[in-house]
Amino acid sequence: MKKLITILSLMVLPLTAMAAGHGDAALDKVDIDLSDKASLQNGARIFVNYCVSCHSAAYMRYNRMGRDLGIPDKLIKEHMLFAGDKVGEPMKAVMPAEDAKKWFGTAPPDLSLEARLRGPEWIYTYLRSFYRDPKAPSGWNNTLFENVAMPHVLYEWQGTQEVEYKQDEHGNKIVEGFKMIKPGTMSADEYDQNMRDLVNFMVYMGEPAKMTRYKIGAWVLAFLFVLFIISYFLKKEYWKDVH
Amino acid sequence: MSKFMDWVDKRYPLTKVWQEHLAQYYAPKNFNFWYFFGSLAMLMLVNQILTGVWLAMNYKPDAGMAFGSIEYIMRDVPGGWILRYMHSVGASMFFIVVYLHMFRGMMYGSYKAPRELLWLIGMVIYLVMMAIAFMGYLLPWGQMSYWGAQVIVNLFSAIPYVGDTVSEWIRGDYVISDATLNRFFAFHFLLPFVLAALVFIHIVALHTVGSNNPDGIEIKKGPKGNRWDKNAPADGIPFHPYYSVKDIMGVVGFLIIFAAFIFFWPEGGGYFLEKPNFEPANPFKTPLHIAPVWYFTPYYAILRAVPSFAGTQIWGVIAMFGAIVMLFLLPWLDRSPVKSIRYKGPIFKAALAIFVVDFLLLGWLGTQPATPVLTQMARVATIIYFAFFLLMPIYSKIDKTKPVPDRVTGH
Repeated sequence: MKKLITILSLMVLPLTAMAAGHGDAALDKVDIDLSDKASLQNGARIFVNYCVSCHSAAYMRYNRMGRDLGIPDKLIKEHMLFAGDKVGEPMKAVMPAEDAKKWFGTAPPDLSLEARLRGPEWIYTYLRSFYRDPKAPSGWNNTLFENVAMPHVLYEWQGTQEVEYKQDEHGNKIVEGFKMIKPGTMSADEYDQNMRDLVNFMVYMGEPAKMTRYKIGAWVLAFLFVLFIISYFLKKEYWKDVH
Repeated sequence: MSKFMDWVDKRYPLTKVWQEHLAQYYAPKNFNFWYFFGSLAMLMLVNQILTGVWLAMNYKPDAGMAFGSIEYIMRDVPGGWILRYMHSVGASMFFIVVYLHMFRGMMYGSYKAPRELLWLIGMVIYLVMMAIAFMGYLLPWGQMSYWGAQVIVNLFSAIPYVGDTVSEWIRGDYVISDATLNRFFAFHFLLPFVLAALVFIHIVALHTVGSNNPDGIEIKKGPKGNRWDKNAPADGIPFHPYYSVKDIMGVVGFLIIFAAFIFFWPEGGGYFLEKPNFEPANPFKTPLHIAPVWYFTPYYAILRAVPSFAGTQIWGVIAMFGAIVMLFLLPWLDRSPVKSIRYKGPIFKAALAIFVVDFLLLGWLGTQPATPVLTQMARVATIIYFAFFLLMPIYSKIDKTKPVPDRVTGH
């Protein structure tokens, strides 16, 4: 029987290898840490200042964000309410969707759940993969999202980069890397750090419950472990006389 | 107290029910690990009904509001996210537990006489469960909800002559729409109570024939007399308190795994909550790759594996439903003189092991895009699936069995 199971599992092995080969294009790792309040606050600042110009976050209320991230309502009212919203309302895009559709050809998607839909690595890589492309309508293109309608909003920070290609053995053009042609106001490290903060915030925004989920979960598991020990000895006590 | 019970018992057989089904219901004393999953399946049914009713208090079955109402539950309803994860993780856990419960039945021959009807009722429960899960999956109104439902309902279009009418009748529209969402919500709310009734019938049948056990021995046919009753089976012990305390331990052990998923891994690696479902349903944008939730994927793989023939794709649909019909026939396909795998011969053991690997393989294939290589593999796996059942009357008969002892072994 055991031998059989071994043989069968060996038969399945090549499958797992094939499954591993299927993955997406290489994405850059990003360090997500929802206990890093400073990072989340900086991410929120960037999101509200830049992203909300065009994108909505229809399921994220300003004051809920403030409560979770430690930003008082007063500060939110003074520095974050650009769309003329009330502090208890969700984030609406400053730009009307019809205008955006006219200008970019497509309405910018709502970003509330973007981190759950695409994953933090995808967003992090996307934000760092814009390059100058004179052929694209906006003048910008992206190596991760080919011909995306969105221009590089943060080019002043990152600088303007061009893409460099190389040929693989089949003669296909593949992306080798980027060349900075006009540096921005931030160093590469600074830009990466800010994008990490932004993605960190978007992970929070995708699921605000995540801030408390792990903490409650640890208590629940601790309680259940104790209960399991008690229930184990209870069973043992009752079953003493079964022979 | 006893006076009060007298008063009740004259009007309702409360003490009698308690004794017949718990305190004086004698179960074999040698139940092992695999016997936890029946009570765990009941626990999950209760979990799904309770969390489901509370979710329904905040959910809106409206194509324009459904997706947003789920996010409202996740963000604005106090404790809403716990209820939602208990329900979504619970659905997958319910299937895991039921699949293990069914595998237990296959291992120890629990479908064999006199438990054929018990097995059939169980299979009806499985069918109803699948219908509930399928309709429930539409409710979040995400991309995968929408397109998954579209694919499955379109299967009925393959029926000759009346197919299009039937699928239109199911949807209430030409595509999956608000009308479909409304009726799926109504059925998703109703059917769990039908399921509860079926579970009750399942238990009545179980208590009529008595539980099987890992040795596949009929304890009712063995020697009589134990510490509690001189007419009860010698190898039986009262369900309460022995198995009630044992099941409590099983429940707590299971809850540890359940809670670990709810609090630390609610998306289950994209299998419990699929990533594309975090985007609202969009009838104009077909996802590149549509895969049903993991508990349907073995059958989905079989559906895709069968090529169209004579200008119709009905054969795949027939194979898919046929795969479930095979399980119904199990009591009559197994011709072995013994019940339990412990006393069955090497052929049956090998066949069951191959079947398990094959079922898991089909499940994995159903989650993958249908490339030519994978489709070929799915075809081989489909043939193995049916061969396991259709050849069973032969190999279970010629298999060399071991002698079955008179009394149960160990406990």
